[in-house]
Amino acid sequence: MNLRRVGAYFPAFAKGYIRNPLGLFMSLIFPVILILIFGAVFSNSGSSQVPLTVENLDHNSAASEAFLSALNATGVVSISMVSPDVGNLSTYLAHNDLSAGLVIPAGFNTTLAACAQHLPTCAPLQILVFTNPSSGSEAGIVEGAVQGVANGENLRIAGGFAVVTPVNLNVGNQIYRYIDYLVPGLIGFSVLVSPMFSMVNVSSTWKRDKLFRQLSLTPLSRGEWLTATFLWYVLLAFVSTLLLLGVGTALFGAHVTLTALAVPFLVVGPILFVSIGLLAGSVSSTPESAGVIGNIITFPMMFLSGTFFPVSLFPSWLVPVAHVLPLYYIIDGLNAAMVFSNASTAYLDLAVTFVLAVAFALLSARVFNWRED
Amino acid sequence: MANSIEVSDLVKIYGSLRAVDGVHFEVRTGEVFSFLGPNGAGKTTTVEILEGLRRRSGGEVRVLGFDPWSQLDRLRTRIGVIPQDFHFFPKLTPREAIRLYANLFAVKVDVDDLLARVELGDKADDHYDTLSGGQHQKMGVALALVNDPELCFLDEPTTGLDPRARRSIWDVIRRLRGEGRTVFLTTHYLEEAQQLSDRIAIINRGRIIASGAPSEIISHYGRPERLRIVGDPALADRIATLGLPVDHVDGAVEVELKSKSDALAILQLVAASGLRWDSFSTKTDTLEDVFIQMVGRLEDGSLPGRIPEGTA
Repeated sequence: MNLRRVGAYFPAFAKGYIRNPLGLFMSLIFPVILILIFGAVFSNSGSSQVPLTVENLDHNSAASEAFLSALNATGVVSISMVSPDVGNLSTYLAHNDLSAGLVIPAGFNTTLAACAQHLPTCAPLQILVFTNPSSGSEAGIVEGAVQGVANGENLRIAGGFAVVTPVNLNVGNQIYRYIDYLVPGLIGFSVLVSPMFSMVNVSSTWKRDKLFRQLSLTPLSRGEWLTATFLWYVLLAFVSTLLLLGVGTALFGAHVTLTALAVPFLVVGPILFVSIGLLAGSVSSTPESAGVIGNIITFPMMFLSGTFFPVSLFPSWLVPVAHVLPLYYIIDGLNAAMVFSNASTAYLDLAVTFVLAVAFALLSARVFNWRED
Repeated sequence: MANSIEVSDLVKIYGSLRAVDGVHFEVRTGEVFSFLGPNGAGKTTTVEILEGLRRRSGGEVRVLGFDPWSQLDRLRTRIGVIPQDFHFFPKLTPREAIRLYANLFAVKVDVDDLLARVELGDKADDHYDTLSGGQHQKMGVALALVNDPELCFLDEPTTGLDPRARRSIWDVIRRLRGEGRTVFLTTHYLEEAQQLSDRIAIINRGRIIASGAPSEIISHYGRPERLRIVGDPALADRIATLGLPVDHVDGAVEVELKSKSDALAILQLVAASGLRWDSFSTKTDTLEDVFIQMVGRLEDGSLPGRIPEGTA
């Protein structure tokens, strides 16, 4: 392995790639178009009301009912009640992936009645408002609505004296939205598609046009060629990742971070799919049959690995199918590394991806030949 | 080194086919050596074995003293190869291609000078896929010369080219020889081989059927000089009275001459006959005539399958 020759060949391969607009479109532009389409379609929930979960500890008293109906009348929240039996509302919200909640305390009715009559037992009363900062504007809408209704009640009952005081608290769990899954999914898509489509084509048409033979007449070795090719698709994966992260966070407010743990997936993933693409092209006799084999490999993986929808939403019979697809481990690992900060899952996925990449790289290096017997 | 290439008893077997079947020849340093044969005769298989691109099934091969299959790493920097049906990366220019090769071979090259030598200077910055067939071949030649090779292989470099492009490739080959390089040329254009080569070998069905200088092969295997008369077909019977072999070929009468004086006797006979005649000419075999006859005689079995080396 001579790195000088890898460096000499790399720009030639890159130029050939960049000057073919279709390749760049598939690897960089197409995933961005997909994030724009899917992001726009699924980010809009269709309702402008924010769901608000309410736990009423005042036994549905008149004052609490009046407060809630005033809150409902704002039109910005849709209230759903939970029984006081659920206990700690914060925990309940976290367990059920809910982003906003309100607790009306026991004694709400009595305190308000006392204050209305200026009795000495009138004491300020706290109502707990839970919101999730990661849900963006929804937190502000809920807090504003509750504060507004509380101010109205204070004015009506106590002439503006702060009887009812909302206390804003954060829900402990992170709320994930579709776009948060979509960004790693599409990074996986890009890691899959750009090497697969072009390597299947490269390995079959270069064989037909005897371009490998042409390279074999120079001191460039097969291993050096493969290294330069790997490097190019790793570079493409990083560029595509930055583009998708940029568009996902800037336009759709995705909560995705390029962590150090995500980086190995962007290196090992392209190596895996360059190897599979090379293998598919090498075993086919014509570029046409290589294209068919490439599509048979690529398309199921594209849709069934959690690219566009999380595998957790799949029907249970389809989940084992996802688990045999190599891309599943890359997307699952990217989700673990970039969204959930779940290092142990990411390491496991990385190990699977790494073993697959090494196996396919060795296999394709064995099958793919410069010279003929 | 007297010989750049030495081949003895070379065999290449594909399944049940003996594509190359016991071939012997050598190429002397500094000469243009042409390897001729019909399609499928084993030319490209042989040249690819010499280039180290294909493994041989048997026999000995030495190219510049190296075994081309096992010592390709050492051989590669000293040979230049333009493979049959040369293709290159469609979106690279000749200039970029030469730079790439120079970097891979770790040599310094005057790109403009090299492009000028193959008459490609005005296309230096055009993408390969916009060049014509002749320009593709010239780019192939330029790439083969990047490492300043002492031995060049050109496998059917003019196939599919128009006559002008073909002649400019011939000029390039003559220049290579003028620069002291050894050239191994395969072609199925006999005229090309006759024009360019110091020595040739003719291969058919995997075996060498003749080798030597083109003129030697023609004089050894060609027919004697012939007199061709276009005119009354009845002339043939008159001439036959002289005891010379007479043939009707393409509406003309052809007589094989045993000596120059036979021509005078025939012309006197024709003049005296009073029969119509339109034109006279004499004909000698070209390499192509010899080749077609030899291959034809091999097919009908009247020529033995293998002629000893160096008979011509």
